[in-house]
Amino acid sequence: MKSYSVAKRLYMLMVYGFLYIPIIILIIYSFNSSMYSASVWEGFTLNWYKKLFTNSPLLASVGNSLLLAASSATIATVIGTLGAVGFFRFRFTGKNFLYVLIYIVMMSPDIVMGISLLVLFIALNIPLGFWTLTITHITFSLPFVVITLFTRLSGFDKHIVEAAKDLGADEFRTFLHIIFPMLTPAVAAGWLLSFTISMDDAIGSFFVTGPDFEILPLRIYSMVRLGVKPEINALSTLIFLLSLTLVIISRLLMKEKKDPDM
Amino acid sequence: MERNKIGNGRLESVAAAPLIDLQNITKSYDNLKVLKNINLSINNGEFLTLLGPSGCGKTTTLRLIAGFETPDSGKIIINGHNVVGLPPHKRSVNTVFQSYALFPHMTVFNNVAFGLKMSKVPGPEINDRVMEALKMVKLAPYASRKPVQLSGGQQQRVAVARAVVNKPLVLLLDEPLSALDAKLRFEMQEELKQLQQKLKITFVLVTHDQEEALSISDRVVVMNEGVIQQIGSPRNVYEEPANLFTAQFVGDINIFDAQVVDIQDGVVIADVEGYRCAVDNKRPMSMGETFKLLLRPEDMRVEKLSEEPDTVGLLVGNVEIKTYKGATLDSVIVLENGKRVMASEFFDEEDEDFDYHIDEKVSIGWVKGWEVILPDERE
Amino acid sequence: MNESKIFRRITIGIIAFWLIVFVFFPNILVFAVSFLTRDEAHLIAFRITLENYLRIADPIYLRALANSFVMALVTTVCCIIIAFPFSYILSRIKSKNKNILLLLIVIPFWTSALIRTYAIKTILTTNGIINAFLLKTGVISEPLNMLYTGGAVIVGLVYTLLPFMILPLYAALEKVDIRLIEAAHDLGAGKRQTFIRIIIPLSSPGIIAGSMLVFLPALGLFYIPDILGGSKTLLLGNLIKNQFMDARNWPFGSAVSVTLTALMALLLLANYRTIKSASQKGII
Repeated sequence: MKSYSVAKRLYMLMVYGFLYIPIIILIIYSFNSSMYSASVWEGFTLNWYKKLFTNSPLLASVGNSLLLAASSATIATVIGTLGAVGFFRFRFTGKNFLYVLIYIVMMSPDIVMGISLLVLFIALNIPLGFWTLTITHITFSLPFVVITLFTRLSGFDKHIVEAAKDLGADEFRTFLHIIFPMLTPAVAAGWLLSFTISMDDAIGSFFVTGPDFEILPLRIYSMVRLGVKPEINALSTLIFLLSLTLVIISRLLMKEKKDPDM
Repeated sequence: MERNKIGNGRLESVAAAPLIDLQNITKSYDNLKVLKNINLSINNGEFLTLLGPSGCGKTTTLRLIAGFETPDSGKIIINGHNVVGLPPHKRSVNTVFQSYALFPHMTVFNNVAFGLKMSKVPGPEINDRVMEALKMVKLAPYASRKPVQLSGGQQQRVAVARAVVNKPLVLLLDEPLSALDAKLRFEMQEELKQLQQKLKITFVLVTHDQEEALSISDRVVVMNEGVIQQIGSPRNVYEEPANLFTAQFVGDINIFDAQVVDIQDGVVIADVEGYRCAVDNKRPMSMGETFKLLLRPEDMRVEKLSEEPDTVGLLVGNVEIKTYKGATLDSVIVLENGKRVMASEFFDEEDEDFDYHIDEKVSIGWVKGWEVILPDERE
Repeated sequence: MNESKIFRRITIGIIAFWLIVFVFFPNILVFAVSFLTRDEAHLIAFRITLENYLRIADPIYLRALANSFVMALVTTVCCIIIAFPFSYILSRIKSKNKNILLLLIVIPFWTSALIRTYAIKTILTTNGIINAFLLKTGVISEPLNMLYTGGAVIVGLVYTLLPFMILPLYAALEKVDIRLIEAAHDLGAGKRQTFIRIIIPLSSPGIIAGSMLVFLPALGLFYIPDILGGSKTLLLGNLIKNQFMDARNWPFGSAVSVTLTALMALLLLANYRTIKSASQKGII
């Protein structure tokens, strides 16, 4: 058997190093008692974490983001699941047009989507804040929910639906008793994906946010722009661990799906 | 890049020495021995077939010659040089792959020209040689097509042309016909054989299809579980199998348990599945010796049992299955001890002996001297 | 109307409504606004003009545009150079750990991109780890100014977008049949020839897809220059953002956005064409 050589291993290690070393350093710094010189280790401290938990505007923004992520993910999952089933079950005029719109959301740079929604909200005179953020995040997540579920649906035996109908179930009951239970893992994965998209979105949110409802990514953005602060290291560490947990959960849910990407 | 192919397509050694010589080759994957001490000489200009079931090591043997694998031990001599450790592009052998492995992004012409370009053959010569090779496989009009635009048989021909255009010392063919349907396969077998005779290049073909092996090759190498079972001409392998594996793998055969019960004036009388029969012993046998008696279905003679049965030297049984095959009448007869016997006789509508029907009691004999006697093997 | 029909209307209706109101309609609006005139008091005045597009040709903006393109292009090339050998090695590994190795590539891009950009900032800063290391080993005597340069922005963009190059390249390279590589060796091609003549052409759909996924976002990720580049380096994204949020010139911002979208559409179309011709050629 050909074993891949030392050089190849080293190269892979370098790429992983490039991807992970900045994050690891961040995590280490979050426990460093030095305030200014981030490169010098001056002893272990949990000070920054303590400071983090007494920073009330920051905690408020975390609460806001969680609320926003949960609500937008839930609505996106409902709409996306129903939509995916509709795309899967029915032929209708305009289907291709809707596919194109989904494709546009996925391929457009976030900034293009962000300003277009801003223009819409201003044109319709909708005040910027929680609702505009919710709508924006639902719109960003929707294609990912639809595609996750559609992929799952396409993997089904078409005869299962026919069998349900043959046994007397109408469309709605087929959905409720047959399709939905089989879709549950994909629905959960779609929800989690939407949740992380919402928690992470800075670009779209930047345009449609209002003064009364500050969310975490934008709070981080303004903190980061102001300068290197050890508190942010602590916050980043927590967010990294949370994302990692969510990734692992969603991987376990999607285990039946073979494709390892996206 | 300097290309340093062994022999450069020209034969260096005297004709009597084998072109390829595998000496004591062993090979394992993950502690599984796939080749156990293989010794094989391949003569210049012959059409040799490696035959065996999947996993017998035949493809590994081919890949060792091609240079895609390295043996754990042993020597591979091609044209007088040990090529172990030499990469495939430095050996003057070419392969026709099972899946053809045509380059999908190149035209037929460029596929065939690839090897010539790699060895820096001048442009005009490439053109001539490629077109000549394509003409030879009757694909000259398809030169500018892409592989996906060709049928399976045409792709197969491109693969052959791509290999032979380099004038290799040996052409290796890895189950080249397995993806084709039966009719096309027979045609291609015929074409390959003619091509080999025309080019006078050594062909080494791997197949699991025993009919293909018998009809196409000069010599057949039967392999099983990493061991060469028998090497011989197709006729030799079919008529005189060296062991039970070869006998069973190459064609249908009846295998009877037998024991020597009497020896009269040098004639051996044996108990064959409970019947006393004289057998044609080609080697001395002793009283009480057990052995296997092998008979091809087409060597069996089935007859209706007459009123006064004289069944000395014959087996007796009931017809279980009767299948009319056009040229032959195939039947399965159950002996009294439950043993099933296959028989295949040329159909002759004049002969009323063929009238036997299902469940009828018949006698079975065989053409004397055509039986094969093998020592008892316990698996 | 029976229940099946109601179900059908609900499933298709809701998503169709959402996509039309919140995707189709806003894009049309931006397109329309890009032809209107800026108004101090009401943001937009309803006077149709082509001025916004003509303004893009102004040397100041044209330079920003060109600069943005160069940044995105350099990022894309860097990503290909780093990702290609990596994906190739990964695609040829026979180990069971392959899925884990792939997952390790995916994990960083599930974590906040802002935080990853911030992590790069910590490393590049004057009292960051790179400078500390170089000072200690005596390579330099004064800390290097790496932050707030074009190079820092490139590093940030490559860092953020690298997984988007690795994944499609890996997918394409994994599909390259090992027997084609064997066939090339069999026909006398060495490693280099096989790489140039077989592996690169066969993985070209992956190279193109990866380039799209890197190049397009690289034009728009305005927070990376904001954090790593000071305000010296402008991306197309920064230009749009500034026009909307600071200069409050929505029609011009819209015109830049429409230009970016048109460019994207062109690239996608070109991509679609190559994929189509690739499938006709039988590569995929």
